[in-house]
Amino acid sequence: MLYDFLYLAQQTINALQQGSIYALIALGYSMVYGVLTMINFAHGDLFMLGAFACMLLAGALAPLFVTFPPFLLFLVVLLLVMAIIGFLGAFIERVAYRPLRGAPRVSAIITALGCGLLIESLTLVAFPYSKSMPTLMRNTTFELAKVADPSGTGAPLTLTITALQIVIIVVSLVLMVALDFLIRKTRWGMAMRAISFDARTVPLMGIPANRIISMTFLIGAGLGGAAGMLYGLAYPVIAPSMGILVGWKAFIAAVVGGIGSIRGAVLGGFILGAVEVLAVVVLPSTYRDLICYSLLLVILIFKPYGLLGHAPNQKV
Amino acid sequence: MNAFLTQAAKARWPLPALVILGFAIAILSQYQPIFSGYTQIILITIGINIILCASLNLVNGYMGEFSVGHAGFMSLGAYTSAVFTTKWLPDIPMLFPVAVIFGGMIAAIIGFLLALLSFKTRGDYLAIITLAFLMIVKSTWENITYVGGPAGLLGVNKMTTLPWTLFWVVVTILVIRNLIYSKFGRAIIAIREDEIAANAMGVRVREAKILAFVVSSFFGGVAGALYAHLNFINPKYFDIVKSTEILVMVYLGGVSSLGGSILGAVIFTVLFNKLEPLGYWRMAILSAMLIALMLFRPRGIMGMRELTWLLPKRELFPKGVVEKP
Amino acid sequence: MSTLLEIAGVTKRFGGLCAISDCNVSVQTGHAHGIIGPNGAGKTTLFNLITGIYKPTEGAIRFRGESIGGLRPSRIANIGIGRTFQNIRLCKALTVLDNVRIAFDSQLRYSPIEALFRLPRSAHDEQRSIDESMALLQPFGLASHAHDIAGDLPYGLQRKLEIARALALKPDLLLLDEPAAGMNTGETAALTEFLRWVRTEFKVTLVLIEHHMHLVMNLCDHITVLDFGQTIADGTPAEIRANPRVIEAYLGGTEDEQG
Repeated sequence: MLYDFLYLAQQTINALQQGSIYALIALGYSMVYGVLTMINFAHGDLFMLGAFACMLLAGALAPLFVTFPPFLLFLVVLLLVMAIIGFLGAFIERVAYRPLRGAPRVSAIITALGCGLLIESLTLVAFPYSKSMPTLMRNTTFELAKVADPSGTGAPLTLTITALQIVIIVVSLVLMVALDFLIRKTRWGMAMRAISFDARTVPLMGIPANRIISMTFLIGAGLGGAAGMLYGLAYPVIAPSMGILVGWKAFIAAVVGGIGSIRGAVLGGFILGAVEVLAVVVLPSTYRDLICYSLLLVILIFKPYGLLGHAPNQKV
Repeated sequence: MNAFLTQAAKARWPLPALVILGFAIAILSQYQPIFSGYTQIILITIGINIILCASLNLVNGYMGEFSVGHAGFMSLGAYTSAVFTTKWLPDIPMLFPVAVIFGGMIAAIIGFLLALLSFKTRGDYLAIITLAFLMIVKSTWENITYVGGPAGLLGVNKMTTLPWTLFWVVVTILVIRNLIYSKFGRAIIAIREDEIAANAMGVRVREAKILAFVVSSFFGGVAGALYAHLNFINPKYFDIVKSTEILVMVYLGGVSSLGGSILGAVIFTVLFNKLEPLGYWRMAILSAMLIALMLFRPRGIMGMRELTWLLPKRELFPKGVVEKP
Repeated sequence: MSTLLEIAGVTKRFGGLCAISDCNVSVQTGHAHGIIGPNGAGKTTLFNLITGIYKPTEGAIRFRGESIGGLRPSRIANIGIGRTFQNIRLCKALTVLDNVRIAFDSQLRYSPIEALFRLPRSAHDEQRSIDESMALLQPFGLASHAHDIAGDLPYGLQRKLEIARALALKPDLLLLDEPAAGMNTGETAALTEFLRWVRTEFKVTLVLIEHHMHLVMNLCDHITVLDFGQTIADGTPAEIRANPRVIEAYLGGTEDEQG
């Protein structure tokens, strides 16, 4: 009994780790959709770049930080990665999306797809083979509890949590809370929310809409980059193709939660993480994707606009 | 020569003439080595891509939706037709068209289900549903050992030839063209323009959506069936990357245009193959081109415009003429 | 004189907001019936209820004696109710002719298979569609624009096109939502004559939402006044003009030209 409970607890920890990363990525999608009603399909590839940027930066900066505690290197690399990917995201908006504000929506989406493909192919040119991430910290495993195998034959089950998992979950939570504060308590956040309601009147109120939009992209991409770095640390072999694989999944998570909704993105991310981890508990791992997507499809059938989303209002 | 070309552009005979010529060459190529093996494969691939493009254009271009699941219909057609020819009725070349139709029908049935889902959701939300559908289909094939699982299906006869491909290309273009220039096509386009107004004008929106999805997915399946008998198939091929390729072809050539679909398929396939020696630079160049195209021609090269040869005669109104003579 | 359209005790609630409350309107065949009231009074909501975009929360809507509340909009259009929209809803990328043909399509009877193989019935129907739609455009002065893109037309012609399109349904009842919006006095007077002609020529009953008082008072046989989702007056133009509640809620003391 306790054995099963511990097993589930372990999976819950894994799900939290997975879910945090998905939530960070999903937030990027939702924020951009909120202000521009646009699906930024390049976001998944920005996530991937976060991992690669971390790899390059960690490699370059590690010698400088030898005398300092490893967490400092981690923090510096994290902030740099978020800044670089953030500015890249804002740059893409400025150059590729802004000119298409008046064009049919689909053109912007295809452009976004193109940007994502461009990023991926350039990364493939630079790194044709998978690379491994450097370790940024000593990944101690903490034993939380231990229980003997009830059948008496197997090894005892230990409930563990690694330092890396703690870092991932904590960093993600800190970022999410910071974002929530930004959205709800600052003027910038209010401007972002205003634009998501009515993009045309906001400039009439003296709010520099373009600057707010750039900032939204900056923050969204920054979060995506951070997620990439954390993902790379958790699964140390990275390849340029991971942008598509993980990015699309996180996108579905954002939609299931209710795209455009910050809370929805977080909810969707954790649901996806939970489903992914828990699905393989019961079924063979080849069924994992099938379960995940079927469940997401079912949720969307019953709640077409996502769990926390609402139908767009249409004046007739 | 110039006079001849301008005459030809306004006349009705060029398209049937080209088709007959095409068939003649295609059938001849089966008996004489006119094309190298490599060229034949490129030509067949162009044909398959035209079918994919035109069928996706029906839903994404003419109806204005954003389906990213087309590779899923392709895979349904591919696998079911391959099972038909390898496991159920093996080695009967005469049955190839039957197998292709079978693949198309299975895809069409699933397309019908997707159409039902489209009643309640539109736009981006429907896009997600098509994405989820694509992933589910891919995962399903990966888990069924009967069709080879993740390793793919082996032993499929290479039955796709140039004449057969041309045949299906002509059928696809003809069917979709006749559909578009009928009341059903007008209904589909009206849904894109303004669904609420369409309803208020008596358009039976639900039937129109079903028709669009079913026809689109049928031909997606047909393309898949042709591909299955050309090349080795495994689930990984029919994923979001493939869907993206088809999307790129549609938006490159032009939305809401059959001529555009042909153009997009040809340009993309040719470039894709010609640029292969460049390795990963190939995708970089193609995506940069796509971005540039979207910035300057958001609807694609031939967006919203159609080849005069493809228009039915009664739709050809010379400008300025009020009544038909 | 028979009752063509009857709105009986209709209430429409959107969550906590009550847009229309216990509304009663009776439209007689052959009339021009005006619906007036301040902005937000629920007039367009009423149109949306009649045409099936919304379903009444309470009450019944009867057309030719049969209940139509809850039917799908396309069904309601096909049984004889056409409408125009407050914000013009044309298919802007299509030609003028195609816009009308779309509305005419429900009268064509061929099946998809006949369309696919271009069998005689479909070809014949398509030709009929072109001919009759062109014929419909003639009296509206739109025939010479038949192959122009609808979105390129000047505003006034777009409004006319919307009316022509609705008439392609061969409706018995035509709902017009602010047909005179954006027009000056001269244009409004011309529109009044035009609508009178439409009523006679196409044998339709008109119901119009309008703010231009001259148009309403001159054209309409019967007027219903809404305010805050409720019927506050109902009668002939003369009665409405004299009704103190109406004057208070809407006309502001003296008869004013609104718009």
